[in-house]
Amino acid sequence: MLQAQKKHARFLFMFIFPAFIIYTVFMLLPILNSMKYSLYSGDGLIPDTFVGLDNYVKLFTEERYFSKFWNALGNNIKFFLIVTFIQNILGFFMAVFVTRSFKGNKFMRKLSFLPTTLSVLVVGFIFKLILNPYYGVFDKVLEAVGLGKFIIPWLGDPRSALIIVSIAVSWQFFGESVLFYSSGIDGIDDSILEAARIDGANIWHEIIHIILPSVLPIVGIVTILIFIGDFTQFDIVYAMTGYRGDPGYSTDLMGSLFYRTAFATTERGGWGTGMGAAVATMMFIIVTLGVGILLAFFNKKKEDMTK
Amino acid sequence: MMKPTKAAARILLYGIMIFYALSIILPLIIMLSTSFKSNAEIFNNPFGLPEKFNFDAYTSLFIISNYGRYFLNSIGVTVISLAVAVTVSALASYAISKYHFKYNRAIYVFFVIGLFIPIKLGTVDIMLTMLNLKIFDTLWALIIVYIAMAIPLSVFILYDYIKMIPDELSSAARIDGCSEPGIFARIIVPLVKPGLAAAGIISFIPNWNEFWFPLVLIKSREHFTIPLATGQLFGQFDTKLNLVFAVLSLASVPVIIIYLLLSSYFVKGLSAGAVKG
Repeated sequence: MLQAQKKHARFLFMFIFPAFIIYTVFMLLPILNSMKYSLYSGDGLIPDTFVGLDNYVKLFTEERYFSKFWNALGNNIKFFLIVTFIQNILGFFMAVFVTRSFKGNKFMRKLSFLPTTLSVLVVGFIFKLILNPYYGVFDKVLEAVGLGKFIIPWLGDPRSALIIVSIAVSWQFFGESVLFYSSGIDGIDDSILEAARIDGANIWHEIIHIILPSVLPIVGIVTILIFIGDFTQFDIVYAMTGYRGDPGYSTDLMGSLFYRTAFATTERGGWGTGMGAAVATMMFIIVTLGVGILLAFFNKKKEDMTK
Repeated sequence: MMKPTKAAARILLYGIMIFYALSIILPLIIMLSTSFKSNAEIFNNPFGLPEKFNFDAYTSLFIISNYGRYFLNSIGVTVISLAVAVTVSALASYAISKYHFKYNRAIYVFFVIGLFIPIKLGTVDIMLTMLNLKIFDTLWALIIVYIAMAIPLSVFILYDYIKMIPDELSSAARIDGCSEPGIFARIIVPLVKPGLAAAGIISFIPNWNEFWFPLVLIKSREHFTIPLATGQLFGQFDTKLNLVFAVLSLASVPVIIIYLLLSSYFVKGLSAGAVKG
Protein backbone atom coordinates (compact mmCIF):
# COMPACT_ATOMS: atom_id res chain seq x y z
CA MET A 1 0.00 0.00 0.00
CA LEU A 2 1.44 3.32 -1.03
CA GLN A 3 0.87 6.26 1.28
CA ALA A 4 -0.74 8.74 -1.10
CA GLN A 5 1.08 12.03 -1.22
CA LYS A 6 0.21 15.42 -2.66
CA LYS A 7 1.83 14.59 -5.98
CA HIS A 8 -0.40 11.52 -6.30
CA ALA A 9 -3.64 13.37 -5.66
CA ARG A 10 -3.92 14.32 -9.33
CA PHE A 11 -3.55 10.68 -10.42
CA LEU A 12 -5.93 9.40 -7.80
CA PHE A 13 -8.56 11.82 -9.06
CA MET A 14 -7.84 10.87 -12.68
CA PHE A 15 -8.09 7.14 -11.98
CA ILE A 16 -11.30 7.25 -9.96
CA PHE A 17 -13.12 10.01 -11.83
CA PRO A 18 -14.36 8.23 -15.01
CA ALA A 19 -15.99 5.28 -13.21
CA PHE A 20 -17.28 7.58 -10.47
CA ILE A 21 -18.96 10.02 -12.83
CA ILE A 22 -20.65 7.44 -15.11
CA TYR A 23 -21.87 5.40 -12.16
CA THR A 24 -23.13 8.42 -10.24
CA VAL A 25 -24.80 10.23 -13.14
CA PHE A 26 -26.45 7.20 -14.76
CA MET A 27 -27.18 4.93 -11.81
CA LEU A 28 -27.48 6.83 -8.53
CA LEU A 29 -28.78 10.21 -9.67
CA PRO A 30 -31.58 8.76 -11.84
CA ILE A 31 -33.08 7.10 -8.77
CA LEU A 32 -32.97 10.36 -6.80
CA ASN A 33 -34.31 12.31 -9.78
CA SER A 34 -37.15 9.83 -10.20
CA MET A 35 -38.09 10.58 -6.59
CA LYS A 36 -38.09 14.26 -7.51
CA TYR A 37 -40.31 13.65 -10.55
CA SER A 38 -42.80 11.83 -8.33
CA LEU A 39 -43.61 15.25 -6.83
CA TYR A 40 -44.49 16.66 -10.26
CA SER A 41 -47.30 16.17 -12.71
CA GLY A 42 -47.77 17.02 -16.38
CA ASP A 43 -49.75 16.12 -19.47
CA GLY A 44 -46.71 15.65 -21.68
CA LEU A 45 -43.78 13.32 -21.27
CA ILE A 46 -41.95 15.61 -18.86
CA PRO A 47 -43.70 16.22 -15.53
CA ASP A 48 -43.36 20.01 -15.12
CA THR A 49 -45.96 21.12 -12.55
CA PHE A 50 -45.00 20.83 -8.91
CA VAL A 51 -47.81 19.05 -7.03
CA GLY A 52 -46.08 18.01 -3.79
CA LEU A 53 -47.32 14.71 -2.44
CA ASP A 54 -50.44 14.80 -4.62
CA ASN A 55 -49.38 11.76 -6.69
CA TYR A 56 -48.97 9.71 -3.52
CA VAL A 57 -52.32 10.89 -2.14
CA LYS A 58 -53.95 9.80 -5.41
CA LEU A 59 -52.09 6.50 -5.41
CA PHE A 60 -53.45 5.54 -1.99
CA THR A 61 -56.92 7.13 -2.00
CA GLU A 62 -58.29 6.69 -5.52
CA GLU A 63 -59.54 3.22 -6.18
CA ARG A 64 -58.40 2.96 -9.81
CA TYR A 65 -54.85 3.49 -8.55
CA PHE A 66 -54.71 1.77 -5.17
CA SER A 67 -56.55 -1.36 -6.30
CA LYS A 68 -53.83 -2.01 -8.89
CA PHE A 69 -51.03 -1.09 -6.48
CA TRP A 70 -52.10 -3.39 -3.63
CA ASN A 71 -52.94 -6.16 -6.08
CA ALA A 72 -49.44 -6.02 -7.61
CA LEU A 73 -47.79 -5.86 -4.19
CA GLY A 74 -49.82 -8.85 -2.94
CA ASN A 75 -48.94 -10.86 -6.06
CA ASN A 76 -45.32 -9.89 -5.67
CA ILE A 77 -45.20 -11.15 -2.08
CA LYS A 78 -46.71 -14.52 -3.14
CA PHE A 79 -44.29 -14.66 -6.06
CA PHE A 80 -41.32 -13.98 -3.76
CA LEU A 81 -42.43 -16.64 -1.26
CA ILE A 82 -42.78 -19.34 -3.94
CA VAL A 83 -39.44 -18.45 -5.54
CA THR A 84 -37.70 -18.37 -2.15
CA PHE A 85 -39.08 -21.77 -1.24
CA ILE A 86 -37.88 -23.35 -4.48
CA GLN A 87 -34.59 -21.53 -4.90
CA ASN A 88 -33.51 -21.28 -1.30
CA ILE A 89 -34.81 -24.43 0.34
CA LEU A 90 -34.83 -26.89 -2.56
CA GLY A 91 -31.70 -25.21 -3.97
CA PHE A 92 -29.91 -25.74 -0.67
CA PHE A 93 -30.69 -29.47 -0.66
CA MET A 94 -29.69 -29.76 -4.29
CA ALA A 95 -26.35 -28.15 -3.43
CA VAL A 96 -25.87 -30.71 -0.65
CA PHE A 97 -26.49 -33.50 -3.19
CA VAL A 98 -24.34 -31.99 -5.92
CA THR A 99 -21.34 -31.57 -3.60
CA ARG A 100 -21.29 -35.26 -2.60
CA SER A 101 -18.80 -37.35 -4.48
CA PHE A 102 -20.38 -39.30 -7.30
CA LYS A 103 -19.66 -39.92 -10.95
CA GLY A 104 -20.55 -36.84 -12.96
CA ASN A 105 -20.83 -34.28 -10.16
CA LYS A 106 -18.55 -31.86 -12.03
CA PHE A 107 -20.84 -32.11 -15.03
CA MET A 108 -23.95 -31.59 -12.89
CA ARG A 109 -22.52 -28.46 -11.33
CA LYS A 110 -21.75 -27.08 -14.76
CA LEU A 111 -25.17 -27.99 -16.10
CA SER A 112 -27.10 -26.56 -13.15
CA PHE A 113 -25.93 -23.04 -13.98
CA LEU A 114 -26.90 -23.27 -17.66
CA PRO A 115 -30.49 -21.90 -17.42
CA THR A 116 -29.14 -18.82 -15.62
CA THR A 117 -27.29 -17.84 -18.79
CA LEU A 118 -30.51 -17.55 -20.82
CA SER A 119 -32.52 -14.38 -20.93
CA VAL A 120 -35.56 -14.28 -18.63
CA LEU A 121 -37.60 -13.35 -21.67
CA VAL A 122 -36.58 -16.51 -23.56
CA VAL A 123 -37.29 -18.71 -20.54
CA GLY A 124 -40.74 -17.15 -20.17
CA PHE A 125 -41.49 -17.74 -23.86
CA ILE A 126 -40.27 -21.36 -23.77
CA PHE A 127 -42.54 -22.13 -20.79
CA LYS A 128 -45.44 -20.36 -22.46
CA LEU A 129 -45.04 -22.48 -25.59
CA ILE A 130 -44.60 -25.76 -23.69
CA LEU A 131 -47.78 -24.98 -21.72
CA ASN A 132 -49.84 -23.92 -24.74
CA PRO A 133 -53.23 -25.69 -24.63
CA TYR A 134 -53.26 -26.42 -28.40
CA TYR A 135 -49.77 -27.64 -29.25
CA GLY A 136 -47.89 -27.52 -25.93
CA VAL A 137 -45.85 -30.58 -25.07
CA PHE A 138 -46.72 -30.49 -21.36
CA ASP A 139 -50.43 -31.28 -21.74
CA LYS A 140 -49.62 -33.98 -24.31
CA VAL A 141 -47.32 -35.65 -21.79
CA LEU A 142 -50.03 -35.50 -19.09
CA GLU A 143 -52.50 -37.11 -21.52
CA ALA A 144 -50.00 -39.79 -22.46
CA VAL A 145 -49.48 -40.86 -18.83
CA GLY A 146 -53.21 -40.79 -18.06
CA LEU A 147 -53.39 -37.52 -16.11
CA GLY A 148 -55.40 -35.76 -18.80
CA LYS A 149 -58.26 -34.96 -16.43
CA PHE A 150 -56.04 -32.58 -14.42
CA ILE A 151 -55.28 -30.34 -17.38
CA ILE A 152 -56.33 -26.70 -16.95
CA PRO A 153 -55.39 -23.67 -19.07
CA TRP A 154 -52.29 -23.13 -16.94
CA LEU A 155 -51.61 -19.51 -17.87
CA GLY A 156 -55.27 -18.65 -18.50
CA ASP A 157 -56.53 -19.52 -15.03
CA PRO A 158 -56.02 -16.91 -12.29
CA ARG A 159 -55.55 -19.69 -9.71
CA SER A 160 -52.55 -21.22 -11.46
CA ALA A 161 -50.97 -18.46 -13.59
CA LEU A 162 -48.92 -16.78 -10.83
CA ILE A 163 -47.66 -20.13 -9.55
CA ILE A 164 -46.53 -21.11 -13.06
CA VAL A 165 -44.77 -17.75 -13.54
CA SER A 166 -42.99 -18.24 -10.20
CA ILE A 167 -41.90 -21.74 -11.19
CA ALA A 168 -40.48 -20.45 -14.50
CA VAL A 169 -38.32 -17.87 -12.72
CA SER A 170 -37.23 -20.45 -10.17
CA TRP A 171 -36.28 -22.90 -12.92
CA GLN A 172 -34.06 -20.25 -14.41
CA PHE A 173 -32.26 -19.07 -11.28
CA PHE A 174 -32.21 -22.33 -9.33
CA GLY A 175 -28.68 -22.95 -10.57
CA GLU A 176 -27.45 -19.66 -9.14
CA SER A 177 -28.48 -20.73 -5.62
CA VAL A 178 -26.96 -24.17 -6.19
CA LEU A 179 -23.69 -22.56 -7.30
CA PHE A 180 -23.53 -20.18 -4.32
CA TYR A 181 -24.38 -22.88 -1.76
CA SER A 182 -22.04 -25.40 -3.39
CA SER A 183 -19.11 -23.01 -3.15
CA GLY A 184 -19.99 -22.46 0.52
CA ILE A 185 -20.08 -26.21 1.15
CA ASP A 186 -16.76 -26.62 -0.71
CA GLY A 187 -15.28 -24.16 1.77
CA ILE A 188 -16.13 -26.30 4.80
CA ASP A 189 -13.06 -27.92 6.30
CA ASP A 190 -13.05 -31.60 5.32
CA SER A 191 -11.63 -32.64 8.67
CA ILE A 192 -14.76 -31.37 10.45
CA LEU A 193 -16.98 -33.44 8.17
CA GLU A 194 -14.70 -36.45 8.54
CA ALA A 195 -14.79 -36.21 12.34
CA ALA A 196 -18.58 -35.98 12.29
CA ARG A 197 -18.85 -39.02 10.04
CA ILE A 198 -16.51 -41.05 12.29
CA ASP A 199 -18.76 -40.10 15.22
CA GLY A 200 -21.56 -41.69 13.23
CA ALA A 201 -23.36 -38.49 12.18
CA ASN A 202 -25.88 -39.15 9.45
CA ILE A 203 -26.63 -36.72 6.66
CA TRP A 204 -29.27 -34.86 8.70
CA HIS A 205 -26.81 -34.17 11.48
CA GLU A 206 -24.29 -33.04 8.93
CA ILE A 207 -26.76 -30.61 7.38
CA ILE A 208 -28.15 -29.19 10.64
CA HIS A 209 -24.96 -28.94 12.68
CA ILE A 210 -22.23 -28.35 10.12
CA ILE A 211 -23.42 -27.32 6.67
CA LEU A 212 -26.26 -24.94 7.55
CA PRO A 213 -24.30 -22.86 10.10
CA SER A 214 -21.37 -22.57 7.68
CA VAL A 215 -23.41 -21.40 4.70
CA LEU A 216 -25.83 -19.20 6.64
CA PRO A 217 -24.18 -15.94 5.48
CA ILE A 218 -24.59 -17.16 1.88
CA VAL A 219 -28.26 -17.97 2.54
CA GLY A 220 -28.59 -14.33 3.61
CA ILE A 221 -26.96 -12.99 0.45
CA VAL A 222 -28.96 -15.28 -1.83
CA THR A 223 -32.23 -14.29 -0.13
CA ILE A 224 -31.44 -10.58 -0.44
CA LEU A 225 -30.51 -10.93 -4.13
CA ILE A 226 -33.70 -12.92 -4.80
CA PHE A 227 -35.71 -10.27 -2.95
CA ILE A 228 -34.30 -7.40 -5.01
CA GLY A 229 -34.68 -9.35 -8.26
CA ASP A 230 -38.24 -10.43 -7.51
CA PHE A 231 -39.54 -7.02 -6.49
CA THR A 232 -38.20 -5.47 -9.69
CA GLN A 233 -38.97 -8.46 -11.96
CA PHE A 234 -40.64 -7.54 -15.22
CA ASP A 235 -39.40 -9.69 -18.12
CA ILE A 236 -41.08 -12.91 -17.02
CA VAL A 237 -44.51 -11.26 -16.79
CA TYR A 238 -44.08 -9.57 -20.17
CA ALA A 239 -43.13 -12.89 -21.77
CA MET A 240 -45.65 -15.23 -20.15
CA THR A 241 -48.78 -13.21 -19.40
CA GLY A 242 -48.27 -9.85 -21.11
CA TYR A 243 -47.51 -6.44 -19.62
CA ARG A 244 -50.94 -6.29 -17.93
CA GLY A 245 -50.24 -9.44 -15.95
CA ASP A 246 -53.17 -11.45 -17.36
CA PRO A 247 -55.53 -13.14 -16.61
CA GLY A 248 -57.29 -10.27 -14.85
CA TYR A 249 -54.11 -8.75 -13.38
CA SER A 250 -53.52 -11.97 -11.41
CA THR A 251 -49.84 -12.04 -12.41
CA ASP A 252 -49.26 -8.28 -12.27
CA LEU A 253 -46.08 -7.59 -10.28
CA MET A 254 -44.55 -4.30 -9.11
CA GLY A 255 -42.24 -4.32 -12.15
CA SER A 256 -45.02 -4.72 -14.71
CA LEU A 257 -47.16 -2.16 -12.86
CA PHE A 258 -44.27 0.31 -13.02
CA TYR A 259 -43.69 -0.33 -16.72
CA ARG A 260 -47.35 0.15 -17.59
CA THR A 261 -48.00 3.19 -15.45
CA ALA A 262 -44.80 5.06 -16.37
CA PHE A 263 -44.18 4.14 -20.02
CA ALA A 264 -47.45 3.05 -21.62
CA THR A 265 -50.00 5.38 -23.22
CA THR A 266 -53.15 6.18 -21.23
CA GLU A 267 -55.26 3.76 -23.27
CA ARG A 268 -52.78 0.97 -22.51
CA GLY A 269 -52.84 1.61 -18.76
CA GLY A 270 -50.44 4.56 -18.41
CA TRP A 271 -50.86 6.93 -15.45
CA GLY A 272 -48.49 9.65 -16.63
CA THR A 273 -44.77 9.96 -15.95
CA GLY A 274 -45.18 11.64 -12.55
CA MET A 275 -47.41 8.85 -11.22
CA GLY A 276 -45.03 6.30 -12.72
CA ALA A 277 -42.17 7.92 -10.84
CA ALA A 278 -44.24 7.69 -7.64
CA VAL A 279 -44.70 3.95 -8.23
CA ALA A 280 -40.92 3.60 -8.75
CA THR A 281 -40.29 5.51 -5.50
CA MET A 282 -42.66 3.20 -3.61
CA MET A 283 -40.78 0.23 -5.07
CA PHE A 284 -37.49 1.74 -3.92
CA ILE A 285 -38.88 2.13 -0.40
CA ILE A 286 -40.18 -1.47 -0.41
CA VAL A 287 -36.85 -2.88 -1.65
CA THR A 288 -34.82 -0.82 0.85
CA LEU A 289 -37.09 -1.79 3.77
CA GLY A 290 -37.07 -5.43 2.74
CA VAL A 291 -33.29 -5.58 2.42
CA GLY A 292 -32.95 -3.87 5.83
CA ILE A 293 -35.28 -6.38 7.49
CA LEU A 294 -33.52 -9.34 5.87
CA LEU A 295 -30.09 -8.03 6.88
CA ALA A 296 -31.22 -7.61 10.49
CA PHE A 297 -32.81 -11.07 10.49
CA PHE A 298 -29.74 -12.87 9.17
CA ASN A 299 -27.38 -10.96 11.44
CA LYS A 300 -29.47 -11.98 14.42
CA LYS A 301 -29.52 -15.61 13.24
CA LYS A 302 -25.75 -15.50 12.92
CA GLU A 303 -25.39 -14.25 16.50
CA ASP A 304 -27.77 -16.94 17.78
CA MET A 305 -25.70 -19.61 16.07
CA THR A 306 -22.33 -18.42 17.32
CA LYS A 307 -23.54 -18.32 20.94
CA MET B 1 -19.92 -54.79 -1.21
CA MET B 2 -21.94 -51.79 -0.05
CA LYS B 3 -24.43 -51.94 2.76
CA PRO B 4 -28.00 -52.02 1.45
CA THR B 5 -28.83 -48.57 2.87
CA LYS B 6 -25.74 -47.15 1.19
CA ALA B 7 -26.76 -48.66 -2.10
CA ALA B 8 -30.27 -47.25 -1.73
CA ALA B 9 -28.85 -43.81 -0.97
CA ARG B 10 -26.71 -44.01 -4.13
CA ILE B 11 -29.67 -44.99 -6.26
CA LEU B 12 -31.72 -42.15 -4.79
CA LEU B 13 -28.90 -39.66 -5.41
CA TYR B 14 -28.52 -40.73 -9.04
CA GLY B 15 -32.29 -40.66 -9.45
CA ILE B 16 -32.44 -37.04 -8.23
CA MET B 17 -29.53 -36.07 -10.48
CA ILE B 18 -31.04 -37.64 -13.59
CA PHE B 19 -34.38 -35.93 -12.92
CA TYR B 20 -32.63 -32.59 -12.35
CA ALA B 21 -30.51 -32.90 -15.48
CA LEU B 22 -33.55 -33.74 -17.60
CA SER B 23 -35.53 -30.81 -16.19
CA ILE B 24 -32.78 -28.52 -17.47
CA ILE B 25 -32.03 -30.19 -20.80
CA LEU B 26 -35.51 -31.11 -22.03
CA PRO B 27 -36.99 -27.60 -22.42
CA LEU B 28 -33.89 -26.57 -24.39
CA ILE B 29 -34.04 -29.68 -26.60
CA ILE B 30 -37.74 -29.03 -27.26
CA MET B 31 -36.93 -25.45 -28.22
CA LEU B 32 -34.14 -26.42 -30.63
CA SER B 33 -35.81 -29.42 -32.21
CA THR B 34 -39.11 -27.59 -32.78
CA SER B 35 -37.30 -24.83 -34.65
CA PHE B 36 -36.32 -27.38 -37.32
CA LYS B 37 -39.81 -28.79 -37.78
CA SER B 38 -42.56 -27.82 -40.19
CA ASN B 39 -45.81 -26.59 -38.67
CA ALA B 40 -47.63 -29.83 -39.49
CA GLU B 41 -44.89 -31.82 -37.82
CA ILE B 42 -45.15 -29.72 -34.66
CA PHE B 43 -48.77 -30.79 -34.23
CA ASN B 44 -48.42 -34.41 -35.37
CA ASN B 45 -45.06 -35.31 -33.86
CA PRO B 46 -44.56 -33.09 -30.81
CA PHE B 47 -42.08 -35.34 -28.96
CA GLY B 48 -39.86 -36.77 -31.65
CA LEU B 49 -36.81 -35.20 -33.18
CA PRO B 50 -37.42 -33.50 -36.52
CA GLU B 51 -37.65 -35.86 -39.54
CA LYS B 52 -35.17 -33.76 -41.42
CA PHE B 53 -33.36 -30.64 -40.33
CA ASN B 54 -35.06 -27.87 -42.13
CA PHE B 55 -33.37 -24.52 -41.82
CA ASP B 56 -36.20 -22.54 -43.42
CA ALA B 57 -37.04 -20.74 -40.21
CA TYR B 58 -33.47 -19.55 -39.78
CA THR B 59 -32.94 -18.46 -43.35
CA SER B 60 -36.17 -16.48 -43.33
CA LEU B 61 -35.22 -14.79 -40.05
CA PHE B 62 -31.95 -13.59 -41.53
CA ILE B 63 -33.38 -12.67 -44.91
CA ILE B 64 -36.81 -11.23 -44.05
CA SER B 65 -36.34 -9.98 -40.54
CA ASN B 66 -32.89 -8.49 -40.73
CA TYR B 67 -31.56 -10.69 -37.93
CA GLY B 68 -27.95 -10.06 -38.90
CA ARG B 69 -28.51 -6.40 -38.05
CA TYR B 70 -29.86 -7.20 -34.57
CA PHE B 71 -26.87 -9.43 -33.87
CA LEU B 72 -24.46 -6.68 -34.90
CA ASN B 73 -26.32 -4.19 -32.68
CA SER B 74 -26.15 -6.54 -29.69
CA ILE B 75 -22.49 -7.37 -30.26
CA GLY B 76 -21.59 -3.69 -30.66
CA VAL B 77 -23.46 -2.61 -27.53
CA THR B 78 -22.04 -5.45 -25.42
CA VAL B 79 -18.43 -5.12 -26.59
CA ILE B 80 -18.26 -1.33 -26.26
CA SER B 81 -20.07 -1.10 -22.92
CA LEU B 82 -18.11 -3.93 -21.28
CA ALA B 83 -14.75 -2.72 -22.61
CA VAL B 84 -15.37 0.77 -21.22
CA ALA B 85 -16.83 -0.51 -17.94
CA VAL B 86 -13.92 -2.87 -17.28
CA THR B 87 -11.34 -0.20 -18.18
CA VAL B 88 -12.74 2.55 -15.95
CA SER B 89 -13.38 0.03 -13.15
CA ALA B 90 -9.79 -1.23 -13.34
CA LEU B 91 -8.48 2.34 -13.04
CA ALA B 92 -10.72 3.07 -10.06
CA SER B 93 -9.97 -0.27 -8.37
CA TYR B 94 -6.24 0.35 -8.78
CA ALA B 95 -6.51 3.75 -7.09
CA ILE B 96 -8.59 2.52 -4.15
CA SER B 97 -6.63 -0.69 -3.57
CA LYS B 98 -3.06 0.56 -3.99
CA TYR B 99 -3.01 4.11 -2.63
CA HIS B 100 -3.54 4.80 0.99
CA PHE B 101 -5.69 7.88 1.54
CA LYS B 102 -8.58 9.01 3.68
CA TYR B 103 -11.51 7.70 1.69
CA ASN B 104 -10.38 4.29 0.32
CA ARG B 105 -13.00 2.28 2.16
CA ALA B 106 -15.78 4.83 1.62
CA ILE B 107 -15.25 4.98 -2.15
CA TYR B 108 -15.05 1.18 -2.39
CA VAL B 109 -18.35 0.83 -0.50
CA PHE B 110 -19.87 3.61 -2.61
CA PHE B 111 -19.17 1.61 -5.78
CA VAL B 112 -20.08 -1.82 -4.42
CA ILE B 113 -23.40 -0.64 -2.98
CA GLY B 114 -24.48 -0.46 -6.63
CA LEU B 115 -24.74 -4.27 -6.58
CA PHE B 116 -27.87 -3.83 -4.48
CA ILE B 117 -29.39 -0.84 -6.29
CA PRO B 118 -32.00 -1.68 -8.93
CA ILE B 119 -31.15 0.80 -11.70
CA LYS B 120 -34.54 0.00 -13.29
CA LEU B 121 -36.16 2.26 -10.69
CA GLY B 122 -34.39 5.29 -12.18
CA THR B 123 -35.72 4.64 -15.68
CA VAL B 124 -38.09 7.64 -15.77
CA ASP B 125 -35.14 9.99 -15.31
CA ILE B 126 -32.85 7.96 -17.59
CA MET B 127 -35.41 8.20 -20.40
CA LEU B 128 -35.78 11.99 -19.97
CA THR B 129 -31.98 12.39 -19.79
CA MET B 130 -31.53 10.47 -23.04
CA LEU B 131 -34.15 12.70 -24.70
CA ASN B 132 -32.27 15.79 -23.47
CA LEU B 133 -28.95 14.44 -24.71
CA LYS B 134 -30.61 13.73 -28.11
CA ILE B 135 -29.53 10.08 -27.96
CA PHE B 136 -32.95 8.59 -27.17
CA ASP B 137 -33.62 5.73 -29.62
CA THR B 138 -29.93 5.22 -30.41
CA LEU B 139 -27.58 2.46 -29.32
CA TRP B 140 -25.54 5.05 -27.40
CA ALA B 141 -28.33 5.33 -24.86
CA LEU B 142 -28.04 1.61 -24.13
CA ILE B 143 -24.24 1.66 -24.09
CA ILE B 144 -24.14 4.40 -21.44
CA VAL B 145 -26.69 2.67 -19.19
CA TYR B 146 -24.88 -0.68 -19.55
CA ILE B 147 -21.51 0.85 -18.64
CA ALA B 148 -23.04 2.22 -15.43
CA MET B 149 -24.68 -1.15 -14.69
CA ALA B 150 -21.44 -3.11 -15.04
CA ILE B 151 -19.25 -0.84 -12.87
CA PRO B 152 -20.20 -2.08 -9.36
CA LEU B 153 -19.56 -5.76 -10.10
CA SER B 154 -16.36 -4.98 -12.03
CA VAL B 155 -14.95 -2.92 -9.15
CA PHE B 156 -15.95 -5.64 -6.70
CA ILE B 157 -14.03 -8.29 -8.70
CA LEU B 158 -11.03 -6.21 -9.82
CA TYR B 159 -10.35 -4.73 -6.37
CA ASP B 160 -9.45 -8.21 -5.08
CA TYR B 161 -7.32 -9.10 -8.08
CA ILE B 162 -5.32 -5.86 -7.96
CA LYS B 163 -4.90 -6.02 -4.20
CA MET B 164 -3.09 -9.36 -4.60
CA ILE B 165 -0.34 -7.88 -6.78
CA PRO B 166 2.80 -7.41 -4.64
CA ASP B 167 3.80 -3.76 -4.07
CA GLU B 168 7.51 -4.43 -4.67
CA LEU B 169 6.99 -4.40 -8.43
CA SER B 170 5.47 -0.94 -8.56
CA SER B 171 7.92 0.44 -5.98
CA ALA B 172 10.85 -0.76 -8.10
CA ALA B 173 9.34 0.82 -11.19
CA ARG B 174 8.74 4.05 -9.30
CA ILE B 175 12.40 4.20 -8.29
CA ASP B 176 13.31 3.69 -11.95
CA GLY B 177 11.29 6.81 -12.69
CA CYS B 178 8.15 5.21 -14.10
CA SER B 179 5.05 7.47 -13.95
CA GLU B 180 1.89 6.44 -12.11
CA PRO B 181 -0.17 5.85 -15.29
CA GLY B 182 2.85 3.99 -16.67
CA ILE B 183 2.85 1.66 -13.66
CA PHE B 184 -0.83 0.97 -14.20
CA ALA B 185 -0.42 0.25 -17.91
CA ARG B 186 2.87 -1.68 -17.81
CA ILE B 187 2.69 -3.56 -14.51
CA ILE B 188 -0.87 -3.80 -13.22
CA VAL B 189 -2.76 -4.47 -16.47
CA PRO B 190 -0.57 -7.36 -17.70
CA LEU B 191 -0.68 -9.03 -14.27
CA VAL B 192 -4.39 -8.60 -13.76
CA LYS B 193 -5.55 -9.92 -17.17
CA PRO B 194 -7.43 -12.89 -15.62
CA GLY B 195 -9.32 -10.43 -13.43
CA LEU B 196 -10.23 -8.26 -16.41
CA ALA B 197 -11.46 -11.36 -18.22
CA ALA B 198 -13.47 -12.51 -15.20
CA ALA B 199 -15.12 -9.09 -14.80
CA GLY B 200 -15.99 -8.95 -18.51
CA ILE B 201 -17.30 -12.51 -18.70
CA ILE B 202 -19.49 -12.28 -15.59
CA SER B 203 -21.06 -9.02 -16.76
CA PHE B 204 -21.52 -10.39 -20.28
CA ILE B 205 -24.63 -12.47 -19.53
CA PRO B 206 -26.86 -9.87 -17.87
CA ASN B 207 -25.68 -7.34 -20.44
CA TRP B 208 -26.40 -9.52 -23.49
CA ASN B 209 -29.83 -10.57 -22.19
CA GLU B 210 -31.01 -7.17 -20.94
CA PHE B 211 -34.54 -6.43 -22.19
CA TRP B 212 -36.00 -3.64 -20.06
CA PHE B 213 -33.86 -0.73 -21.30
CA PRO B 214 -34.15 -1.47 -25.05
CA LEU B 215 -37.91 -1.80 -24.53
CA VAL B 216 -38.09 1.69 -23.01
CA LEU B 217 -35.28 3.50 -24.86
CA ILE B 218 -35.32 1.99 -28.38
CA LYS B 219 -38.17 2.59 -30.82
CA SER B 220 -36.74 2.11 -34.34
CA ARG B 221 -36.34 -1.32 -35.81
CA GLU B 222 -32.80 -0.70 -37.05
CA HIS B 223 -31.61 -0.23 -33.45
CA PHE B 224 -33.16 -3.42 -32.03
CA THR B 225 -30.92 -5.66 -29.95
CA ILE B 226 -31.45 -9.43 -29.88
CA PRO B 227 -33.61 -9.45 -26.70
CA LEU B 228 -35.83 -6.64 -28.02
CA ALA B 229 -36.16 -8.37 -31.41
CA THR B 230 -37.06 -11.57 -29.56
CA GLY B 231 -39.75 -9.79 -27.56
CA GLN B 232 -41.24 -7.95 -30.53
CA LEU B 233 -41.08 -10.77 -33.09
CA PHE B 234 -42.48 -13.40 -30.75
CA GLY B 235 -45.92 -11.83 -30.95
CA GLN B 236 -45.78 -11.31 -34.72
CA PHE B 237 -44.98 -14.91 -35.60
CA ASP B 238 -47.85 -16.32 -33.58
CA THR B 239 -48.95 -18.64 -36.36
CA LYS B 240 -45.52 -19.74 -37.59
CA LEU B 241 -44.35 -21.86 -34.72
CA ASN B 242 -41.03 -22.95 -36.16
CA LEU B 243 -40.13 -19.27 -36.59
CA VAL B 244 -41.01 -18.57 -32.96
CA PHE B 245 -38.78 -21.39 -31.75
CA ALA B 246 -36.01 -20.29 -34.10
CA VAL B 247 -36.16 -16.78 -32.64
CA LEU B 248 -35.73 -18.24 -29.15
CA SER B 249 -32.93 -20.56 -30.24
CA LEU B 250 -31.04 -17.69 -31.86
CA ALA B 251 -31.31 -15.71 -28.64
CA SER B 252 -30.00 -18.58 -26.49
CA VAL B 253 -27.58 -20.77 -28.44
CA PRO B 254 -24.73 -18.22 -28.72
CA VAL B 255 -24.85 -17.59 -24.97
CA ILE B 256 -25.00 -21.30 -24.16
CA ILE B 257 -21.94 -21.96 -26.34
CA ILE B 258 -20.00 -19.12 -24.70
CA TYR B 259 -20.96 -20.40 -21.26
CA LEU B 260 -19.86 -23.96 -22.03
CA LEU B 261 -16.51 -22.68 -23.36
CA LEU B 262 -15.85 -20.36 -20.41
CA SER B 263 -17.82 -21.99 -17.60
CA SER B 264 -14.84 -22.22 -15.25
CA TYR B 265 -14.60 -18.41 -15.29
CA PHE B 266 -18.25 -18.03 -14.35
CA VAL B 267 -18.11 -20.52 -11.55
CA LYS B 268 -14.84 -19.15 -10.14
CA GLY B 269 -15.88 -15.53 -10.36
CA LEU B 270 -19.32 -16.01 -8.86
CA SER B 271 -18.22 -18.42 -6.13
CA ALA B 272 -15.46 -16.07 -5.00
CA GLY B 273 -18.03 -13.29 -4.76
CA ALA B 274 -20.46 -15.43 -2.76
CA VAL B 275 -17.91 -16.70 -0.25
CA LYS B 276 -16.31 -13.29 0.21
CA GLY B 277 -19.64 -11.52 0.61
